[in-house]
Amino acid sequence: MSEAVNGRRGALPPGVSHSGEMREKLQEGSYLAGEGLATAIFLALKLEKPLFLEGEAGVGKTEVAKVLSRMLQTPLIRLQCYEGIDVNQAVYEWDYARQLLHIRTAEALGTTVGDRSRLEDELYTRQFLVNRPLLQAIEHKGENPPILLIDEVDRADDEFEAFLLEILSDYSVTIPEIGTVGAERPPVAILTSNRTREVHDALKRRCLYFFIDHPDLEREVEIVRLRVPDAEEGLTRQIARAVQRLRGMDLYKPPGVAETLDWTEALVALGAKELDEALIEATMGSVLKYHEDQQRVLLQSLSLLAGS
Amino acid sequence: MSSETALPILRMAVTFGRLLRRAGLAAVPDRVVSFASALEELDVTNREDVYWAGRTTLCSRPEDFEMYERAFGVFWEGKQGLKVPSPPQKKMSITLSPDSVQPPKKSAESNEAGHEAVKLRYSPVDILRRKDFADCTPEEFAELYRLMADINLAGAMKRSRRLEPAHRGRHDARRTLRGAMRTGGEPIRHRYRKARDRPRRVVLLLDVSGSMATYSRALLRFMHASVASGEPVEAFVMGTRLTRVTRELTTRNPDRALREASKAIEDWSGGTRLGDTVKEFVDVWGQRGMARGAVVVVLSDGWDRGEVEVLADAMRRIHRLAHKVIWVNPLKAAPGYQPLARGMAAALPYVDVFLSGHNFESLQELAYAVAGASDDTIGRSR
Repeated sequence: MSEAVNGRRGALPPGVSHSGEMREKLQEGSYLAGEGLATAIFLALKLEKPLFLEGEAGVGKTEVAKVLSRMLQTPLIRLQCYEGIDVNQAVYEWDYARQLLHIRTAEALGTTVGDRSRLEDELYTRQFLVNRPLLQAIEHKGENPPILLIDEVDRADDEFEAFLLEILSDYSVTIPEIGTVGAERPPVAILTSNRTREVHDALKRRCLYFFIDHPDLEREVEIVRLRVPDAEEGLTRQIARAVQRLRGMDLYKPPGVAETLDWTEALVALGAKELDEALIEATMGSVLKYHEDQQRVLLQSLSLLAGS
Repeated sequence: MSSETALPILRMAVTFGRLLRRAGLAAVPDRVVSFASALEELDVTNREDVYWAGRTTLCSRPEDFEMYERAFGVFWEGKQGLKVPSPPQKKMSITLSPDSVQPPKKSAESNEAGHEAVKLRYSPVDILRRKDFADCTPEEFAELYRLMADINLAGAMKRSRRLEPAHRGRHDARRTLRGAMRTGGEPIRHRYRKARDRPRRVVLLLDVSGSMATYSRALLRFMHASVASGEPVEAFVMGTRLTRVTRELTTRNPDRALREASKAIEDWSGGTRLGDTVKEFVDVWGQRGMARGAVVVVLSDGWDRGEVEVLADAMRRIHRLAHKVIWVNPLKAAPGYQPLARGMAAALPYVDVFLSGHNFESLQELAYAVAGASDDTIGRSR
């Protein structure tokens, strides 16, 4: 197993040969990753293994796929999972309306009974096939393999999970009417989960696993600086500190990095130079999404938030 | 990397994997192989590289991290004392503890007169079904556990988003067109699909604090039977903290499952901070989706030494998320029971069905309530 990997670059971008360089490369792409995440991404690309990301909503799981797509200059193909998703929505489907139209046209042109089987063959060709995300990712041709983002796997059901397991192990799909389609190179697969349920171990075993936590104060300041460069330095620090405190406040839904960025953008849009009570009250909806949480913060810690 | 260096790496990875398995992590061989191939791509002399290579390949959930960290320290950094969780000193006990709220009744009497206990062993199933768990002998428990395996704890049905062929419903273009091929392209017979029904998830939260000691063992067995049945059931145990035991209880062998589960429960028969643990459930699992649309069953006597508002608040949140909230309190069976425990009183407004759960028959009732069969006959609390 290891011989196959050795000497190959996997899907690594040029100029990256260890995890430290991966970290720098991610930062160039406006994504600040800790050492752990950078190592996980490095290994995923190098070993060509899927990367399974877990963590609270808004910690930047999906963002990983986006930054990789920019970094490798390759398309991002996204499959959003939901309950009841099946092969027709994830892999391929026939374009029934067009098939029917084709039959009718053939009829109108006067097809004889002998042409029936030929007509049938025609109907099940590429022309009438609708590629869904998984097939797109497998069929992609290009210098770099595409990024395949399988978002919120925990929302799909067991049947689909079992199917994914199959896809992720050999990246090939068999379409009965056409044959087996395999990937030239395995796509860079990123799976995310919010942990609404435990995803089956067999699926996780195929992947590298990383749990993304909320960032600490310094990293969060850096993230805001990188993503919302228009924000004043002082404001950036205040926001990051306030968000850190909010996370310690035992809220129903502690804010993630996504909320921090939304909040910063809202404040910048209002021309804020410094955080104050009135501004917090006005923009609270972009950080706290539960009424109870908002009440709570308004009641007990407005001043605490704004104070340095 | 040359094969000379590769070999010791593989050997180290295998040894480390073995240590992790002993510590309770699912570091199965293919994970160990991934670990070894990850190490070959990184700098083995760099602590961080080795640490993260292991964490991404050998762990599969955040709960693994703590044990991984400790094992890593021992193996790679020569730290002392990996505390592999040992089986709890306090064995799960069905004998009555002195501070139990339930006064020892018949069991004590029959113990004094030993021959009477022998007679009870052969008590007909009917009597056994109604017998309070607190009064059962070990032999009777063994019989009860066999019976429990037959209780099917399946949640009320809900509409799934997955479609299946049906006589009416949404138009199924795929199958219609297939049929049309046979009739010269004329879709004469139209096909349909409709959403399939599937059982709702059932979430069981069992209180194992000291005051529940009389019942918690029997109820844990019941949880095992439910989880092992293959229905979508999630099991949690509430002591001083919340422990998820679904994975441990999945093993079909009941003794092994219970052993695994009690290994995971560090605070068997500890104090009660019911509010905090229920809150932990909502915060960590419930709100993220586990309680959404589910049937949530709390098995507890409602004793709470913490703030009752915390419990009330957590129950209100569960009630908002869940399809149905069922509270099972073994004390309810006592004649003239009043929900006097402060926690119980605080939680009741958010409970849809209030049951007793002190004997086998009441567990059957629970199964009915979970399946949503005739709620009204069971007696709603509100």
